[in-house]
Amino acid sequence: MRYLAEYRDRVAVEDLLSEIEKTVTQPWNIMEICGGQTHSLVKNGILDMLPKEITMIHGPGCPVCVTPVDMVDKAIALALDKGAILCSFGDMLRVPGSEMSLLTAKAHGADIRIVYSPLEALSIARQNPECQVVFFAVGFETTAPPNALSVVLAKKQGVSNYSLLVSHVLVPPAMEVILSDEENRIDGFLAAGHVCTVMGYEEYYPLSEKYGIPIVVTGFEPVDLLQGILMAVKLLEESKVEVENQYARVVRRKGNIHAIQTIREVFEIADRTWRGIGKIPMSGYELRLAYQEYDASKKFELISGKNKECESCIAGQVLKGLKKPVECPEFGKACTPENPLGAPMVSSEGACAAYYQYAGDSELI
Amino acid sequence: MKKDVKFNISCPMPELDYDVITLGHGSGGKLTHHLLDTGVFEILDNEYLATRHDGALLNIDGPVAFSTDSFVISPLFFPGGNIGDLAVNGTVNDLAMCGAHPQFISLGFILEEGLDVRELWEIIYTIKLAAEHSGVKVVTGDTKVVEKGKGDKIFINTTGIGKLHQKGKIDPQRVMAGDKIIVSGSIANHGICIMSKREGLEFETEIKSDTRDVSGLTTALLDRFGEKIKLFRDPTRGGVATVLNEIAGQVNTGVELKEEDLPVATQVDAACEMLGLDPLYVANEGIFLAFVDGKVADEAVEILRSMEGGEEASLLGEVVENHPGKVVIQSVIGGRRVIPMLPGDQLPRIC
Repeated sequence: MRYLAEYRDRVAVEDLLSEIEKTVTQPWNIMEICGGQTHSLVKNGILDMLPKEITMIHGPGCPVCVTPVDMVDKAIALALDKGAILCSFGDMLRVPGSEMSLLTAKAHGADIRIVYSPLEALSIARQNPECQVVFFAVGFETTAPPNALSVVLAKKQGVSNYSLLVSHVLVPPAMEVILSDEENRIDGFLAAGHVCTVMGYEEYYPLSEKYGIPIVVTGFEPVDLLQGILMAVKLLEESKVEVENQYARVVRRKGNIHAIQTIREVFEIADRTWRGIGKIPMSGYELRLAYQEYDASKKFELISGKNKECESCIAGQVLKGLKKPVECPEFGKACTPENPLGAPMVSSEGACAAYYQYAGDSELI
Repeated sequence: MKKDVKFNISCPMPELDYDVITLGHGSGGKLTHHLLDTGVFEILDNEYLATRHDGALLNIDGPVAFSTDSFVISPLFFPGGNIGDLAVNGTVNDLAMCGAHPQFISLGFILEEGLDVRELWEIIYTIKLAAEHSGVKVVTGDTKVVEKGKGDKIFINTTGIGKLHQKGKIDPQRVMAGDKIIVSGSIANHGICIMSKREGLEFETEIKSDTRDVSGLTTALLDRFGEKIKLFRDPTRGGVATVLNEIAGQVNTGVELKEEDLPVATQVDAACEMLGLDPLYVANEGIFLAFVDGKVADEAVEILRSMEGGEEASLLGEVVENHPGKVVIQSVIGGRRVIPMLPGDQLPRIC
């Protein structure tokens, strides 16, 4: 497939690997922020191919994994108790809430629909004027523009039975939490290519400077990832603290101006709770006052539920890169994709699920 | 709004006083008789149905394969087919996977009140054509009607009987290291076709379901290679990955694949990339996997490629002694990963 095959080219991969090997002289811990990058690293078997000096640490960039259990409970309550049509991206459906997942709620009769875009949810709202339609607006900066756009359009078109259950989170504050942790052992970052496509990468300069850490904006295909790793290793070996852009074919320094404007029109930055990590100040979005009528958490009386997390799940440590999924005593035993104890085992972008699915056993990791 | 049903069939459409199915059509009374006489029997007409008896009397010599299946697809009509040929081909293929030559099938219809009668006729005509093409006869059946909201337009249950191929010895326990795995066509077409119809996704060229009868292909392989063919399996729900895992687990051998050998049509590949789906887990309806003695694999592929419906046959992988019970794929860039069985349906990713 054009524009993909080139970035999955075996010769290019081998060249990059040998250059990484030539460059590296000491151990480095590099964190890839995005779950999509984790997925690709494991799916393509890249973790196996890297020189032993390089340890990839998997970051918190899995939207499904960091959505708090309370929000999942609220989404379920909206569909099950309030009778709303709850629209969601597919991989939120299996995430365990306090008592059940959206998929189980669906089996109990809740009207829960998988959509590919919030605009689809908006059109469901237009087609069902007698029903309340709620879109579960989950994700990082990447999904914020279309979610914001759906609200702008709803307002313009006078669709009053549409709202968002917002659980948006932002990458830079999470990086700051990771970097300021005493146990942190990360030497360099691969920033998330798609997030930077929207936001650009100017906001990473202060982080890089403050913590003295190189950051390379990186894509998702094998050649992208290896090139990003090579760039990070070069910076580390030369003791350079810089922000570089591997994903230049898509990412501009200032990002996508129109997308950012749409986000700012609809959302403002607010405190957010991250599943497994806790409350991070100013780490997410909520709807601005001008769009309150589209905020499902204000439109409906939603009481926080049991907020019950599995006690033995070490998702928080996995998300902060402090532990590998296989270091969890429950991994592959009590916790599997069929019976996930924590969210990272659910989403295909979750580090635990990626390890479980593609590695199967440790000898192949 | 009524669906615009298009016929490319020369048969005249049966006359029925109703344009939708009513509960009365399942009552067993006059309406039921009228539906059967003017519709089902007239279209599927053969000597077995002509007896109008409660069941069919069959005369079969020797060992037979016997299989049942149910079809509940939505949408009923999709590029490349409809629930009718899907039901016939699916049943015929299940028998073919047993190494049998399909002969007789039964049809059980569960109709939902309100079904457009013209849709029913089109489905039954398609069944007639598919059955004729496969050389099977519909010999018995049943029709029930459920209240609106209690079904999804039409469900079809089938049973099939076929005579086993004399030279065949299909048995998963005969699969062993050194056997090669052949796939008879490109993968993931049916699942992506249905998903794109269901979700209203449009691509530059229409992706068609691969629904087809593969019994001619399996018979040709058994004719030529007999016992050297160890196993046939059709990778329907759960796709190729699920079947390979089932066999690896059942026989306790490993399976090795190469990502670059996976036959995926460009459009289907693009759709999978876009939706975040792995084609290895997407459903197929008109292809099969053959586990064959490694020595005959190349010739078997050649035979399939020379036949209609087998043009895209290729070597998919091999059975190995290593990592028993696991399916391992070598990625295009040379890395390795396990292909596990999925807990449920693949769910499209957020971003």
